[in-house]
Amino acid sequence: MSQRPDEDYAGLRIVGHRHYGRWFSAVIVLILLTLMASSVFSNPRFEWDVVAQNLTEASILNGVLMTIKLTVISVLFGFAGGTLLALMRLSANPVLVWVSWVYTWFFRAVPMLVQLFLWYNVAALYPKLSLTLPFIGEVWTASTNEVISPFSAAVLALVMHQSAYAAEIVRAGIQSVNPGQLEAAKALGYRPGQIFRQTVLPQAMRTILPPAGNEVIGQLKTTAVVSVIALQDVLYSAQIIYQRTYEVIPLLLVATGWYLLMTSVLSVGQYYVEVWFSRGNAPARRRFFRRAANVEDHQL
Amino acid sequence: MSEPIKLRGIHKQFSGKTVLRDINLDIAAGSVTVILGPSGSGKSTLLRCINHLEKLDAGTILVGDTLVGYRRRGQHLVELPENLVALQRQRIGMVFQQFNLFPHRTVLQNVMDAPLRIRREKRPVVEARALKLLEQVGLAHRISAWPRELSGGQQQRVAIARALAMEPEVMLFDEPTSALDPELVGEVLQVMKQLAHSGITMVVVTHEIGFAREVADNIVFMDNGAIVESGDARTLLDSPQHPRLREFLSSVL
Repeated sequence: MSQRPDEDYAGLRIVGHRHYGRWFSAVIVLILLTLMASSVFSNPRFEWDVVAQNLTEASILNGVLMTIKLTVISVLFGFAGGTLLALMRLSANPVLVWVSWVYTWFFRAVPMLVQLFLWYNVAALYPKLSLTLPFIGEVWTASTNEVISPFSAAVLALVMHQSAYAAEIVRAGIQSVNPGQLEAAKALGYRPGQIFRQTVLPQAMRTILPPAGNEVIGQLKTTAVVSVIALQDVLYSAQIIYQRTYEVIPLLLVATGWYLLMTSVLSVGQYYVEVWFSRGNAPARRRFFRRAANVEDHQL
Repeated sequence: MSEPIKLRGIHKQFSGKTVLRDINLDIAAGSVTVILGPSGSGKSTLLRCINHLEKLDAGTILVGDTLVGYRRRGQHLVELPENLVALQRQRIGMVFQQFNLFPHRTVLQNVMDAPLRIRREKRPVVEARALKLLEQVGLAHRISAWPRELSGGQQQRVAIARALAMEPEVMLFDEPTSALDPELVGEVLQVMKQLAHSGITMVVVTHEIGFAREVADNIVFMDNGAIVESGDARTLLDSPQHPRLREFLSSVL
């Protein structure tokens, strides 16, 4: 502006802009964090010794296993069912489209907790379950209350609920695949089943994985509702202990710790699965990290 | 190995609008036919009918002795289930304007996948053939690259190799150079010229008049869903009879 055009800049060193505001805000935030941390560790009511004692208690570990079991089962069957629902929704058959839509509508509309109670009490509707084949007659029968344990009620409710959400995620993924990919596969002579498995699904996974990761973590936390039907997941196991000892906060912290650990493991797993399915598109990711790295270099 | 193509009385509508009307065409085995015409004239649709990417409203298409996409039942032509159409398409290669390489597969995998998965051929056999084809299209040095790391011209050459890996009797090209930068058009046309001398039946929808003049045996000129004029390439380009074709040629040259 005010410099003369012929001013001599040769030999001058270029230095980055000094961000004093950043230093100031970082210091403030660090001070606040230190205060919080010191209060957490100095307040005796957190009872960290009780937390440490109960963290690996047998009943808590069994609860953790139950939580993992419920999550794995409901995610596997939920996404299998969700894929089926997505294919129905995208099919040319109007009946299948409609049924898939109604299913998703119903199971997304009814709260998880209500569904859980409904399945748990289904014996009131159907006291006896039986399998009858034509010409052969009744081949299997059982009292509903024997079949519907807290565990099977929880699995039913979680799978039904999960598949409704998974259906929408999988559908979005399938629709994100370029139609030209289908034509290329068709033109080579791929059969419809092969096109879905080998061309559509691997490419759809890139779109499916981020929301699916959310969904899996969400599902892990949703399993906590099973404590209301006395199924011993990690939360209910903690509750059983604190109802006896009144150490409510430490045992809730034990449950919190386990949930944090499990979701962290899932997040790390999600990262690697995403890297695998973005092969062929990886440069975009690498470019992002490179840009972030460049920005840091510049600031230092 | 090549087959003739016979089109008889093809009619095709898209939601009430006629896009192909009474198309009759004989394409000799091993010949190169170029389909010319203004955009919207139905030339791409006609090409896509040959491997049944589009259904017909009337007419029949024969590749060799095979009725494509349909079978006769009494007085009806019933559309074949997709699995059987897939079987027919194995013999008909196609190259698209947008290349449509599989982005999650490397160059070599793109070329090898179909013979391995569809024809269940032995891996060493397929690999040898794929490497030879990639050599022919000049991409032997990029076999482990991802499609997005290649230029448009390179991607299209891989797409040609991918189609040829299934050893088709007929090759369809749907505007193979229209999505390319001008300087990349030549390398793709060069590969297609080589292929034309190999004796495979080729049907090419393109705007490259130079390619048509140099390589085509026959030219088909379409306008408004119908064949306006067709015949020997040189004759048709040098002395077009129909005023519509004359107008078209003067506008593109």
